[in-house]
Amino acid sequence: MAEETKTLDPEKEKRKIKSVKRMKEIMTEYYIGAKTARQNGKKVAWITSGGPVEPLIAMDVIPVYPENYGAMIGATKMGVDLCEKAEEMGYSRDLCSYARSDIASATVNGGPIGGLPEPDFLVCCNNICGTVLKWYEVQARYFKVPLFILDTPFIHTEFSEEARRYVKRQMEEYILFLEEQCGRPMDRDRMDDVARLSLQGQKLWQAVLDTTTHRPAPMTAFDAFFHLALIVTLRGTQTAVDYYQLLLEEMKQRIEQGIGMLPHEKYRLLWDNLPVWYKTKWLSDKFAAHDACLVADTYTSAWSGVLHLIDESNFLESAAVAYSSVYINISIDKMYDIVKKMILKYQADGLVMHSNRSCKPYSLGQYDIQKRVADELGVPTLVLEADMVDERNFSESQIETRIDAFMELIRDRKGE
Amino acid sequence: MNRLDIIRETARDPHSYAKKWKEKTGGKVVGYFCTYTPEEIVHASGSLPFRIFGSVDNISLADTHLQAYSCSLVRGGLEEALKGNLSFLDGTVFPHTCDSIQRLSDIWRLNAGFPFHLDVVLPVKLDTASARDYLGEVLGKFRRDLEQSLGKSISDSQLGDSVKLYNRMRGLMRELYLLRSGNPGILTGRDVYWVIKASMVMDRAEFTENLEKLLEELKASTPQSAGKASRRVFLAGGICNHPDFYTLIEDAGGSVVWDELCTGTRSFEGVLDETVPPLEALTKRYSERVVCPAKYNGNTSRADNLLRLVREKEAAGVVFVYLKFCDPQSFDYPYMKEALDRAGIPSMLLEVEEQPQAEGQLRTRFETFMDML
Repeated sequence: MAEETKTLDPEKEKRKIKSVKRMKEIMTEYYIGAKTARQNGKKVAWITSGGPVEPLIAMDVIPVYPENYGAMIGATKMGVDLCEKAEEMGYSRDLCSYARSDIASATVNGGPIGGLPEPDFLVCCNNICGTVLKWYEVQARYFKVPLFILDTPFIHTEFSEEARRYVKRQMEEYILFLEEQCGRPMDRDRMDDVARLSLQGQKLWQAVLDTTTHRPAPMTAFDAFFHLALIVTLRGTQTAVDYYQLLLEEMKQRIEQGIGMLPHEKYRLLWDNLPVWYKTKWLSDKFAAHDACLVADTYTSAWSGVLHLIDESNFLESAAVAYSSVYINISIDKMYDIVKKMILKYQADGLVMHSNRSCKPYSLGQYDIQKRVADELGVPTLVLEADMVDERNFSESQIETRIDAFMELIRDRKGE
Repeated sequence: MNRLDIIRETARDPHSYAKKWKEKTGGKVVGYFCTYTPEEIVHASGSLPFRIFGSVDNISLADTHLQAYSCSLVRGGLEEALKGNLSFLDGTVFPHTCDSIQRLSDIWRLNAGFPFHLDVVLPVKLDTASARDYLGEVLGKFRRDLEQSLGKSISDSQLGDSVKLYNRMRGLMRELYLLRSGNPGILTGRDVYWVIKASMVMDRAEFTENLEKLLEELKASTPQSAGKASRRVFLAGGICNHPDFYTLIEDAGGSVVWDELCTGTRSFEGVLDETVPPLEALTKRYSERVVCPAKYNGNTSRADNLLRLVREKEAAGVVFVYLKFCDPQSFDYPYMKEALDRAGIPSMLLEVEEQPQAEGQLRTRFETFMDML
């Protein structure tokens, strides 16, 4: 085979985020650790992305995230195949594509790393949706392992005193459950350390996200989607803290040197909902071609958005309330308030909403939020009908046309 | 008019009934969507608990608020509200169940414009002590919230009376189901559907009295034949809001002998303990009743219950009736079907909308299924 000579474009190279390499190493190490847990006498717990992982870390249990795996399956375009497999098993095509991918993957060791390591037990926190409950029931039956449910009452107009008591009690039950599964008491000092690291990690993550308030933004939401993996999977570890420290330093340097992710950042947009994992590159290029930078999103900040509710000296109790208060466990008027704040904070010229067939709690209500953003803030909005993993629900030509029309509107508005 | 006609008329046009009821009594009408609504508390306030169903018309107004991948109950219910068809409602109650209803509650509160809106944020799991304690507290909170919304207090004795009335009503419903199960020709599936629907919209005392008389009449009557050698069919799922559905099953040679539907047994199963304080009795009923798939009470509780009932009622086959886009039901389908398969019980799945269905295709599918039984 002839050797290929690649000429690197120095302009492009300059814009690449160098920490990516370290991030990939960490994720590889993490998955190797998870896959070999059993050989090393460690327990594996599957946990929902919004669930309190800190007690697991404190108990030396390896947390595994089917949702993170769903994202990997989507990004590697292995989603349709697995979704179809789930449909053959009787699961409706209308169900969440993370759930379908994971349920199918478990039976055939599918996906980019040949399946997730089998769980010793499951931890399901329904602060992100009711879907995870049904999904984890399926897996509890399949793997015949215990399931702990952390039930976080939804916040429509208030988080009642009754709900507060309920989640705090459940946090205690969660610890008891873990102690029973692991056959040993929790080391409370260790828990304090993990809590401190979790908070530190969340603060650093938020600081990384905040760097995009700068013009030009040193990274985009598409980068945030990638770098998010650690705050989800390794929250509460020194590894995550060190990594986000590194990433934050790099972002600060980029700001100092005036390096933006886009060669010409003219327009700044806010993204709503999960990424379209199999089209992130395409969408990123599409917006970049219009000199539009997705500077922030409502999704990746979910892992640091409730920081203010956590009290380090009383972590478990306060975290119970904080975990209940995350972005999609609140009503659409409360979500609007956050969207509005973000539009102002990041000086967004437009809002792009991914209406995600897979995620009803995130997507239903978007039309109302969209209308308020347009009416009250006068900011142009675009709704893209798609799905996070199932490519069959993505119409490239239609979405391309809509993005072009939307960008034209923004250009007109800015008088350019 | 005989008892059945009164029930049929009310169920066919519940809106007119509610308006008249309001005029006659001066009471408040409180809308709700789901069998997890603590209706007994609404009733004790002197109000009429009124179940909202989806619009039978095309959906247009709701489309500006809800994506096409929301279920037709959620879209159709909102359509009814936005069209002004529910203008007689004084308020609405949303118990927490699925993701779609949860978001509908937000959209409803912000757009529908009824005088009051109450969320009853129930626990999702019902199998732990803390969840049951929380459920009890939430019911207590709902009682206080409702008192405040209506500007009147709800006494323990009023609650106690409601508990008794609901027990009587639900007991009669169960009796009707048992009578029909023992003798499927005694009442058409369509009429049982009207009875169920009326039980959700009619003044409960008036309904109970009519049902009592209807049962007496039925017991006295000579049972009609169920037609061709009738296959005993069990319905499983959420809402089946289609009277024609039952007729089509009968035309195809089957008769529904039992169900586990929201528009069915889920609305009347579970007796309230009259010897304990009313709220305690309610907590017990709502936590012990066989769950809807949006609630959790063990990993296999729904399939276990389905198998038990199918065997107990000697059903020959099961028809799963799901609203399209109902996530909780769709997640349970594969394992419930598998449980039936293992037991050698045939089943079929129908995904339906709240709006009327094309009859021809349904007819063929039912006929094919009955041939299998």
